[in-house]
Amino acid sequence: MRNASPAKTYALHISVIALLFALNFVLPDYHQGLFARIMALAVFAMGYNLLFGYVGLLSLGHAMFFSAGLYGAGLTVYHLGWGVPEAFVAGVACGALLALVIGLLALRTSGVAFMIVTMMFAQVFYLLILYFAAWTGGDQGLVIQQASRVIAIGGASFDLTDPTVRYMSALALFSIILLVTLAVVCSRFGRVLVAIRENEERTKMLGYDTVANKLTAVVASGAICAASGAAYALLFGYVGSSFASVQYSILPLLWVLLGGAATTLGPLIGTLFMYYVTDITSGFTSAYLLIVGVALILLVLFFPKGILGSIRERWLRWLP
Amino acid sequence: MTPLLTTKGLSRHFGGLRAVDGVDFTLMPGEIRAIIGPNGAGKTTFVSLLSGRIRPSSGMVVFDGADITAMPAYKRVRLGVAYTFQITSVFANLTAFDNVALPVQRTLTDGRTKGQVRSGVMAALERTGLAERAGTLAGQLSYGHQRLLEVAMGLALKPRLLILDEPTQGLADSEIDNFITLVREIARDAAVLLIEHNMPVVMQLAGRITVFNSGKILAEGTPGEIRANAEVQDAYLGAAHG
Amino acid sequence: MHFGPHLLLAALEGLVTSAVLALTALGLSLVFGVMRVVNVAHGEFFMLGAVLAWAVSTAISGHPAVGFVAALVIAPLLVGLVALVAERLVLRRLNYNPEGTIVATIGMLYIIQQLALTFYGPEARPVEPPFSYRILLPWFGYSGYKLSVVAASAILLVITWLVLTRTRIGLIMRATQYDRETAQAFGIPVERVYAGVFAVGAMLAAIAAVLIVPISQAHYLMGQDPLLLSFIVVIIGGLGSLRGTVVAAILIGLSDGIISMFFSPTLAKIIATLVVAMVLVFRPQGLFGTTPR
Repeated sequence: MRNASPAKTYALHISVIALLFALNFVLPDYHQGLFARIMALAVFAMGYNLLFGYVGLLSLGHAMFFSAGLYGAGLTVYHLGWGVPEAFVAGVACGALLALVIGLLALRTSGVAFMIVTMMFAQVFYLLILYFAAWTGGDQGLVIQQASRVIAIGGASFDLTDPTVRYMSALALFSIILLVTLAVVCSRFGRVLVAIRENEERTKMLGYDTVANKLTAVVASGAICAASGAAYALLFGYVGSSFASVQYSILPLLWVLLGGAATTLGPLIGTLFMYYVTDITSGFTSAYLLIVGVALILLVLFFPKGILGSIRERWLRWLP
Repeated sequence: MTPLLTTKGLSRHFGGLRAVDGVDFTLMPGEIRAIIGPNGAGKTTFVSLLSGRIRPSSGMVVFDGADITAMPAYKRVRLGVAYTFQITSVFANLTAFDNVALPVQRTLTDGRTKGQVRSGVMAALERTGLAERAGTLAGQLSYGHQRLLEVAMGLALKPRLLILDEPTQGLADSEIDNFITLVREIARDAAVLLIEHNMPVVMQLAGRITVFNSGKILAEGTPGEIRANAEVQDAYLGAAHG
Repeated sequence: MHFGPHLLLAALEGLVTSAVLALTALGLSLVFGVMRVVNVAHGEFFMLGAVLAWAVSTAISGHPAVGFVAALVIAPLLVGLVALVAERLVLRRLNYNPEGTIVATIGMLYIIQQLALTFYGPEARPVEPPFSYRILLPWFGYSGYKLSVVAASAILLVITWLVLTRTRIGLIMRATQYDRETAQAFGIPVERVYAGVFAVGAMLAAIAAVLIVPISQAHYLMGQDPLLLSFIVVIIGGLGSLRGTVVAAILIGLSDGIISMFFSPTLAKIIATLVVAMVLVFRPQGLFGTTPR
């Protein structure tokens, strides 16, 4: 961060959260639902950004961490009858554990090999979901009933199928992860991560165990993506193998590239933008993938820093 | 006094090439030692073996009484062996402040120093005369300033041995004078080992000089002895001027 | 049927898979070897070849062989053209940056796939084989066309090998692969070499697809498995090594045919993918490669 002024930075992030809070009361039903979905998925993008944006590790397999959370939460509710909070924790734990194992293996490689290895591990994970269709529901997926999606705290109970509860839960998760990301990025650890991205060899010669730092980042990233997946399963009541497919490894990359890699708010902007672009265009074309494809190529060619990255470069140098 | 660093039979082969060949080397605490020798004599490979960037084919490295031959580079840095690169490799996209903050926070985490990151960084930047440029991106600094930043980063690691690989390369004459003052100052807290081609700098700075040729130590002694050594003149000065 | 003939049948089927796979993977390997570009859209060039083969062969009436031969010529040329355009418009502008090109070829993958769905539709459509002679073995009859696919693939592989090792073009390609800057300094038109290699790589996939459509039908999602298998072959064979690619293709094709007979195809894929990922993690130069990247 350049000339960091923590007060200004935190004020900006808090106002974004406040704006999202206020939107709940103004948005029409349809858009309220869409925003809840976008916020849950923006968490996925933030987790991806931590690794891709700040450490410079381009993974093509993050769908496995998202779906580890999705299935970790969904299956414990569906088969074991766990409550919502326990299931959420189970989902995050699954993602973190998976990320630890994958990180230990994949971090032995770098560059293109890292991209292919992560893609292959994700493919294995996807195929395993199909193979164990008896438990996972395979490509049909499983629907989690409304009755299992109620949180009872003390006397009060919150029904996650209620639009406002759902919106506020998504917002709560989003806000926590946003502030955690911000804190990490501004911390000493965040500085080391950026140094690894810029020049790993040099960072080693400053006394840093770069492998251990990268592994920590992979686990943190995996856990955040799993939190997104777990929230998605519990808030929207569906788990399915399509969330583990290659496409869901590409989407966070697209969102982050679009919003701006290595910016804290970029993932939200990218997810929001892409969701509304596809939502609007789906009115007159079903060619969703075409838009994704064209967007990817245009971004890499002409706009590699993304929306917020370009804004930061031109005007707001202090943006984290 | 016990030596700060010793190597015994240190060798590194690349295929058939013996880049470093059975070197026995001793460095005392507080010493300023220059390593000279013709191109390809194995100087950079030798210091890379000391810093741990390259693994030796055989032999051992002892630092402050402990065998560090098998220790990875980052752990050696934590013990106090700092290395600045031959080619400037500051973090171009980070500010000068952040560049120095990385080694400063490292020593804070280790508990080797106490205090705040900010004060530590500013102290190192002031010592190298870069304090005013703390907020500038390192890539936008002049070449001379980048080299100084590199030294500031080395300093901030609180090293007990600072290895400088051709530190004056590309510096203007006025900058070289400042640099000499700086190295003398560093040597009050740490031993300095520098690879250097600029003979006047070597003669002014070094307490002792080690001459490398074909991966071996050809000669070692005070600047006066080295200047008088006929073998050195043949191998090195002859090669450099002929 | 007894175990022996059963195994023979599986081996024959595996050989056909190997033949097609070797051609497809060779295309991927050439592009990676010379340009250091991981072409994720390679499977879509394969699919495009098959879909175009269907379009060409249905547009031409008369004996199926006429339509097939026309498809065998026209489809790869069209695919090569598409690849040339893509190389020119996208990869060259990215200066062949390894990570940028991966993202861009993922974009191409989606675009080609979606266009195929829009214009060709979601159906799987067959192409009639040029001839339907059956070879009668003592235990079962076997399609003569399938065996001719193996022969055709072998011929093409030998031709590619000869071009690479015995001609000036091959020399230029190897020089470019070895060191781009030096090649440029010696007056080799590196950009044209890259464009040519990318087009030839795509065309090899397209030829493989034309050969396979009479056996397995054209479908807009058919590019996914060849892509994955080609990756596996190229990694096992050693990135950028021609001989390794062919050996690995035969190994993977045969074992795929045989393993699928005894295990579920999904489990076979899981094991294969996992093994390959581990190879990449612990032996990045491939099982047959010798020089690390």
